[in-house]
This record gives sequence, C-alpha cells and structure tokens, in this order.
Amino acid sequence: MGRNGTHPYLPMTEDERKKALYAAGLKEGELFSSIPDELRLKRPLDLPAASGELELTREFHALMSRNTTTAQAISFLGGGVYDHFVPAAVDAIASRGEFVTAYTPYQAEASQGSLAAFFEFQTMIVQLTGMEVANAGVYDGATATAESVLMARRLTKGRGGAVVVSAAVHPEYVEVLRTYLQWNGIEMRLAPADNGATDCGQLERLAKGSFAAVVANPNVYGSVEDLAGLFAAAKREGALCIAVANPITLGVLEAPGAFGADIVCGDGQPLGCYQNFGGPSFGFMAARRKDVRQLPGRLVGETTDAEGRRGFCLTLQTREQHIRRERATSNICTNHALMTIRATVYMALLGPRGLAEVARQCAAKAHYAAAKIAALPGYRLTYGAPFFHEFVVTCPRPASDVAAQAALEGIFPGVPLSRLWPERTGELLIAVTEKRTREDIDRLVGALGRIGGVR
Amino acid sequence: MDPETLRFAETHEWAHADGNIVTVGISDHAVKELRDITYVDLPAVGDSTTQGDPFGEVESVKTVAELLAPCDGEVSEVNEAVVDDPAVLSKEPYGEGWLIKIKAHDPEQIKELMTYEEYETFIEEEAEEEDEEEEEEEEEYGESEDEEF
Amino acid sequence: MTDTKRPVEPLVFEYSRPGRLGAALPELDVPEAMLPAGALRKAAPELPEASEHDVVRHYTRLSRLNVCVDTHFYPLGSCTMKYNPRAGERLAADERLAAAHPYQADGDVQGILQILWDLERYLAEIAGLPHVTLAPAAGAHGEVTGMMVIAAYHRDRGGGRRKVLIPDSAHGTNPASAATCGYEAVTVPSGGDGRIDVEALKRLAGADTAALMVTNPNTLGIFESGIREIADAIHGAGALVYMDGANLNAIMGIARPGDFGVDVMHFNPHKTFSTPHGSGGPGAGPVAVTQALEPYLPVPFVAKRASAFCLSADRPKSIGRVRSFAGNIAVLVRAYLYIRSMGPEGLRRAAETAVLNSDYLRAKLSKLLPAAYATPTLHEFVLSGRRLAKQGVRTLDVAKRLLDYGFHPPTVYFPLVVEEALMIEPTETESLETLDAFAAAFAAILDEAATRPSIVTGAPHTMPVGRLDEVKAAREPRLVWRRGGADA
Repeated sequence: MGRNGTHPYLPMTEDERKKALYAAGLKEGELFSSIPDELRLKRPLDLPAASGELELTREFHALMSRNTTTAQAISFLGGGVYDHFVPAAVDAIASRGEFVTAYTPYQAEASQGSLAAFFEFQTMIVQLTGMEVANAGVYDGATATAESVLMARRLTKGRGGAVVVSAAVHPEYVEVLRTYLQWNGIEMRLAPADNGATDCGQLERLAKGSFAAVVANPNVYGSVEDLAGLFAAAKREGALCIAVANPITLGVLEAPGAFGADIVCGDGQPLGCYQNFGGPSFGFMAARRKDVRQLPGRLVGETTDAEGRRGFCLTLQTREQHIRRERATSNICTNHALMTIRATVYMALLGPRGLAEVARQCAAKAHYAAAKIAALPGYRLTYGAPFFHEFVVTCPRPASDVAAQAALEGIFPGVPLSRLWPERTGELLIAVTEKRTREDIDRLVGALGRIGGVR
Repeated sequence: MDPETLRFAETHEWAHADGNIVTVGISDHAVKELRDITYVDLPAVGDSTTQGDPFGEVESVKTVAELLAPCDGEVSEVNEAVVDDPAVLSKEPYGEGWLIKIKAHDPEQIKELMTYEEYETFIEEEAEEEDEEEEEEEEEYGESEDEEF
Repeated sequence: MTDTKRPVEPLVFEYSRPGRLGAALPELDVPEAMLPAGALRKAAPELPEASEHDVVRHYTRLSRLNVCVDTHFYPLGSCTMKYNPRAGERLAADERLAAAHPYQADGDVQGILQILWDLERYLAEIAGLPHVTLAPAAGAHGEVTGMMVIAAYHRDRGGGRRKVLIPDSAHGTNPASAATCGYEAVTVPSGGDGRIDVEALKRLAGADTAALMVTNPNTLGIFESGIREIADAIHGAGALVYMDGANLNAIMGIARPGDFGVDVMHFNPHKTFSTPHGSGGPGAGPVAVTQALEPYLPVPFVAKRASAFCLSADRPKSIGRVRSFAGNIAVLVRAYLYIRSMGPEGLRRAAETAVLNSDYLRAKLSKLLPAAYATPTLHEFVLSGRRLAKQGVRTLDVAKRLLDYGFHPPTVYFPLVVEEALMIEPTETESLETLDAFAAAFAAILDEAATRPSIVTGAPHTMPVGRLDEVKAAREPRLVWRRGGADA
C-alpha cells in the first residue's frame, strides 16, 4: 500500500473518495450502514501485510525453488497427466489479454473471437472422436465422465439403476463418479480388468440391468481395449456406451465413435496444456446429434446477423442452469474456456499429420522402452495386453523405492501404482511421450537395471 | 378452432372436448409472451396425463415453459408438425399449432377451466396491474432531464 | 468497402491447404510400434493443415474481435470484473509449477504445497470459517461440493431431509447444485425491500429442511441484514446455512460469513481474488466450512507432518473426490498472489471502494432508470428498464447499444425477480472518470430511446457483427463446421 493508502490496483485517491461520497450522498462511515454493527469485523484480517510486485516476486521464486519438477528431470510420469511438447505459439495466443481477460461470451457480438475458437474446438473434438456434436468443454476428464454417466441416465429415462464401469478406468475418475452417484441411488458395478484389459464376459454380465457401460481406451494401465467387442456386449444388454479417451492417442487410434460409442469423454491436458500439478486442464464430451439436448455444458452455434454475416453465439441455452435452474442438464456455469483455446491452437498447429506423428512417437518410444525394460533381470511387463504409450512393469523391489532411487539420478521412472491402489506396491506405471529421446530412454533402462540390483 | 369455443387455463393452455377426445394447445397470448419459439417437447402416444401436471415443454431462446394437462387421460395423438417446425405453433396456436390429443377419463374436467370471455378478462387484469406499476414509475421519472455527467 | 456479407475472419479450417503444418517434431529415433490393426484409425481426423504464421495470425485476429477487461469497462453484476494483475500471470506461469506432475513425491513440491496450505488459511480467515478445501474447479463446482458436504452431514445423522430453501433472487446454479445432490428446491420469497422475507422463511423451515442457500449480499446487491435471525431459524430447524460467496467482494475485511451464521460457503477466486475470467474459465471454487463439517470435505487435502507438507486422503467421512488431482493449482496460485499483494488493508479498501463506486454510479444512473428497490446496496445495484417499453425499447437493446459506446453491457435479465433487469457492478479497480463516461453513455442511449429508438433497437452497429439471430441458432443448431458449409 502506498503511504496515502493507494495501491496499483486501487485508483481511488483520497480526494476522489471525498468527491464520490458527496456525489453519492453519503457520509464517512455510512457505506456499510446496512450491515448490523454486531456482525461487523472489529479487527483487521489476520493476513500478511501487502507485498509489492518486487518483494512478491522474490518471495515467490524462493517458494518455487523448493520444487523439483519434470523440467529438472527426465520424466516418465503419466497416469492421466503427461509431459507433452507445447509449441510456443500456444502460449503466445493463450496469453493474449483479449482471451485471458474476456468474460463468458453471453453477449455474442462482443465475443466473436472466443466463440469462433470454441466452435473450432467443438469441431475438432468431433473430428477426433468420430461423434456428431461436442460441447465447449467441462472441468476435467473425471467430471466429464461423471457428467456423461448422468447424461446417459437422462437419455435412458431411469430405465435400469446401475452403471458398469471398467476397473481399468482411472481410479480417480471412478472415485469422482462414486462421489456424484451416491446421491442418486445409482449402483456402480466394476467390471474386472485383471489381465490389464476389461474382461468382456464380465462386462456383459454386469451390463444386464445397467443403463450405461464406461470403458477407457487406452485404459489407466495404458492398454488398448477391444472397444468393438466391449461395446457390442454392452449394447446386447441395452446399455449406452461411454468411451473415455486420451485425445492425443486419437491421432492414431480409431475414433470411439466408429465402435459405436454413444458418448465420448476424457481429459484434454495432453493437448497443449501444461501439467500444472494436476490443474487446470479441461474435460471434453462428444455425443450423437439426436442426444444434444441432454448434453451439458456450453454449446456454440453458427448463425448470421441481419446482413447475413456469419457469426457465432451460445445456443440451446435452455439446457443450462441460468434458464432451467434445478432441471438443468448440469449446474456448470464457468468452465475451462482458456484451456480449450490452448487445445484448439495446439490442434491447429499440429494438424492431422502432426497429431498422428506425436501419437506415433509416443507409442514407438514406449514400446522401445518396454522391450528393453522387459529384458532386464528382475523386471517384467505386468500385462500381456497390447498397450499404447503407457505400460505397467513389475519391479524386483517396491516401486516407490525404485522411483526414489531413480530420482537421485534425475529420472522420474514412472508412477508407483501404489499412488492409485495402495496395496499395489510392486508395480510401476511408465509413460513415454514424444519429448523423450532414445538417449533418455536408455538412461532410464540403465538406471532401472542398476537399481534392480543387476551389475 | 374458434377460440370462443375453447376452455382456458390460467397457465394459458386451451382445451376442447369432442366426445372423450380433448385437444390441447396454448393461447396466442402465450405465444406472444414466449416470443420466438424454438422447440416443443411433447410426450409419446400412450403416456398418461394428470390434470395440472406437466405433459411437455415449450422453449424460446431464453425461456422454458411447462405445458400443464387440463385433464386426466392417455395421450392419443401428438402433433408432429409442431415438433418438426415450432413456427407452426407461433402462426396458428388455435389451428395447425395444436399440441396433443388426450383420450380423457372424464372430459367434463375441462369445464373447470375458464371460458374464452373469462380468460380475456383474466389477461386484461394481469396487464392492468402491470400498467399501474409502470404509471407510478413514470410519475417519478417523467422525461429525463439533461443531467451533467 | 469490403463485402459486408463476408465474415470478418474465416475459421481456421478455411486456412487449411494440403501439405502445410504448423509444428514439426524431430525424426523418430526408435523403431515403430506394432499396434493391433483393428485399433487404428483408417482415416486421419479432418484437422486443419496450416502454417504457424497462419495459425498465429488467425487467432490473433480472432482475439481482436473480443471485448475484454483489459480494453473495456465490464460492469457485469455479481461477476466482479476487476483488473487481472499481470504479476499473477507472469509468476503463475513459472516452469517450476507448470512442469510439476501431480504424482511427484511430496518432497518434490513443497513450494506448491506451502502456497496451498497458506491459501487455505487466508481463505479461512477471510470467511471466518476454520476449514477450507481447494479442490473444486469452479464456483458452481464448489456449490455442489458444499451441498454434498451438507448432505453427508445429514446422512450421518439419520438422513431424511429432502428440501433446500433457495431465495427467488438466487443464481441458477444454486437450485441446479441442490438438484445434483438429490434435493428439492423450495423457493423463499423476497419482501418489498428486496431481502428474504424472514417470516416466510421461518414458516418454510422445518424437519425436512436440509439447508438454506443464501447469497450475502444478495444478487440485488443488498445485504441480508436479517441474516443472524435467518441463520438462527435455520439452525433451530436442524438445518445448515450455505452461502454463495459470489458477492464476497463487498464485505472482505468488513464482515465474515462464519461470524454471521454461515456453515458452508464457496469462493469465486475468478471474481473476488481477480484470477482472470479466461473467456469462461478456468476459475476455481474453494469451499470453507465449520469445524463440525470438516470431516465431510473432499479429498485430497494439504496436511503438515513435522515441518513438511503432503497431500493426504485421510478423511474417513469425506464425500470423496470431486475432481481428479488436487485442484486448479495454477488458478489458486494467482488467488494467493492477489491476496499477498493486497494484504489485509488492501482487501478492506477494495471492498470499501467497490461499494463506494457502486453507490456513486447508482446515484447517477437511478436518475435515469429506477433502482429495483429503494433499499441501500453494497457493491452492485439493479435497475429496471421496464419503463422503456413505451418507446418499444428493451433492456437488451440498451445493452447492445452500450457496445457502440465502448462499454461491455451490465448483466441483463437477472435476477429474475426484477423485470427488464440491469445488474451493475463497477468494482474497485475502475476510476471515477470511467464511471462518469459510462453514465454519460447511458444517458445518451436513453435519450436515443426517446427520440430515435430504432438506433437502439438495431444495435450494435459498430461491432464485428450486427445483432445475431439467436432464434435461428436455437431452431437449427449448427454446432460443427463442415466442408462445403453443410449443416451439422
């Protein structure tokens, strides 16, 4: 705070304050006369005194220096958040004040920039997922999955009281789904994936009396699921098919829409978003056109003005909370718009060949790593299922020990599976992205070999 | 349909009984209030209706309004033309823009609704209340003076 | 003059030419992976093929079509469109946060965890409630989290309470959040002074009431001065008080919700703590609760063991996770930085100035259009544009015409209890000159409404597009671009 009480973010000077009070017909001390005195706070807030930008920067850097992140190591961490290359142009666009400081585009004529970008985003998600419509994004993959299940419930009008979820869907997504379903009397049944991929027979058995089935592809272990078989099984029992997808993999993997998915959802972090210790990223949801009125979240539509000029606006708003209130498809209001703008720019830069190349490199490098690690004495690939760019390795020592040791050499070898399931102490989930070089991988293999006790 | 032969609910639905088949629609006053209708959500043939309970919805860009059934029964017909093109409802709320037909358990139930004259009076009174409030405001504000800003 | 029918900026797909690319990777230096043939795409997605230059040019041009806080006064009620400090943008982009993976060992991220730990304490102090979760991703997400905490509390005590009381002036997310938890929303009427009708509330509160959802100050900008009596009545019925913290900017350092009977509240950092709106997010929705409700908060939470921080899920009665990982960390860091840069005196002055700016503007504008209620307001106020109907002009038209004068319109048609509502919140970061200019534009437009209304009803005239046909967009939704312009 300045000596006369001003602050860079508070333009009102003492003189102006007097002028404003006078113009408003108020005396000093009358601003809060509508708050009963007994409710007033009689002391200053117990917070640290203000720091100007200079001091704050110094302090913040000191705090940040207590972090060691994937920028200071060779990272093979995955499990829902990945270290992908973010082209500089993404940051340049996403840091423009016109996107950063704009509001939700309710006044369409004032927001054609954001709306056009969201329309492009919807289109790109549809193209990737092989579906017909997509919303402008939700918070993350976990809440997108929960919203997809609730949407399926609405579509099936309460027929069947259960949802089947593959046990190979990310456990944090399953937990979030559980959090939402506990108030709705919906039973969640887990279809086992003991061999690293969802058991089709079990899924079909559990789908009886279920209104939807949820399968992730690739799943949390990195395995490629047989979506065709699993969805056919679900459909035989009349369940809607929800696919959870990693959008980067859709550069190479077939679109879930082609396998008969009714809803496709997932987390968009790999598309141009930094890891950010887990947030914010964004969730996406794509569906069939006939179901669009049950799709939550914002939808941007194309239209024209009086002179026939093309423009964009939020549409089908009658689904949303500001109109339908307690009968809304969701309570979502603010979403993760700026993150979807990042993803849109990213996909525009990479294009179909670029995205395919990123996916191809992730898969190739992961397979290279897996083959070399499997050849190390004491290590083996936990599952025989085909995988994309993540795989699970059973280690000769507790995985968290392996990880701690490797960190001393500047390598994050993977996520100990005990982070996801506390009892699974022997396994390591290893992800390889396009950022890792052959040399990085060879160093990983070398470190694992040494740590495993082999000379 | 000649509106003078119809019965009207305070919630602006109209009903007409022909034997035990009751045709249901909404008044042109309702259509005007809604402005541009963008979507009509109607039940399926065979769905049951309960007097006073919602059987569907009509949407404009910024509003959703429930449609309330004038009597108990089963839906015997649904006007697909309105579902396909909501503009039909806006153009002819008493004609081609009818919404559903109900096989009524007791068609006499619709006699509990207002006649055309009673409905006209009802909407006039509603409008008068609003005008009074507006007049009070006008007296306070009159014409805006040229203020220095 | 350009052809007025051509869009002012094509879509990125329209820049696409076969063979172009905007980003290149190094050559693959390991063998190809063998993947099951049936799992592979047969056709590439139709993403655009564009050069980096075209992509940057396109999105830069798009950005320039936007109105934003950096360029325009944005008096949106209950949105608190205050200035977004650039220091927050620079510092929160630090690589040592951006490159942090959520599954790294706790020892690796002590700096981040310290910030989260401190932020929880700051928010608890501002709210007057001892426990905070930073997990929810947005205000509405915080609302549903808070309502789930309430539901868990009642479930633990035998359950059976099905109803949530919600004032008629409430934001739409309130009843929507209540419904997500399986509650039935019961409307509480407001009185002639714009405040909750306390006697009506007392009649509605009973053994089947789980909670009251209140906003204070409410969406009319009016402080619910009867809040203590209201809270006592709700507590007396065995129910809890949830507060929507969207309007916290009016009372920071002045009054604390925990002190006036609130049990649970959410914050909107993208309003009160000036994290940027981002064209619609990301924000965050931290929730603060009383001691009695702490056991039900979501996981994970920041815990302190010896002098080290860790993320813990050790909360046996927790409602569970409400999202993946720990929170919108990059947003929360900005909120932390804002609170540190303001300090206790700065936050208090921000609240005072927000209220004073609003009173100043209200005094000017209520000479032109009536305030919805005579009751004193805090940081925002609502006018009614009803009397313009005589001239064939609606609030919507005034809103669009304000764009021609260089201002973003206020919130319109909310709250629902006011006909032709305009909800105006200037915030404390705007100067008096800006408020004067806004008031002058407002007066000019009302003059136009009286003398040549068509210029108002046909507005905006100077934006990249004229008034858009939202009816067509709803009747024939085109939600996807298709080559050749075919319908989607």
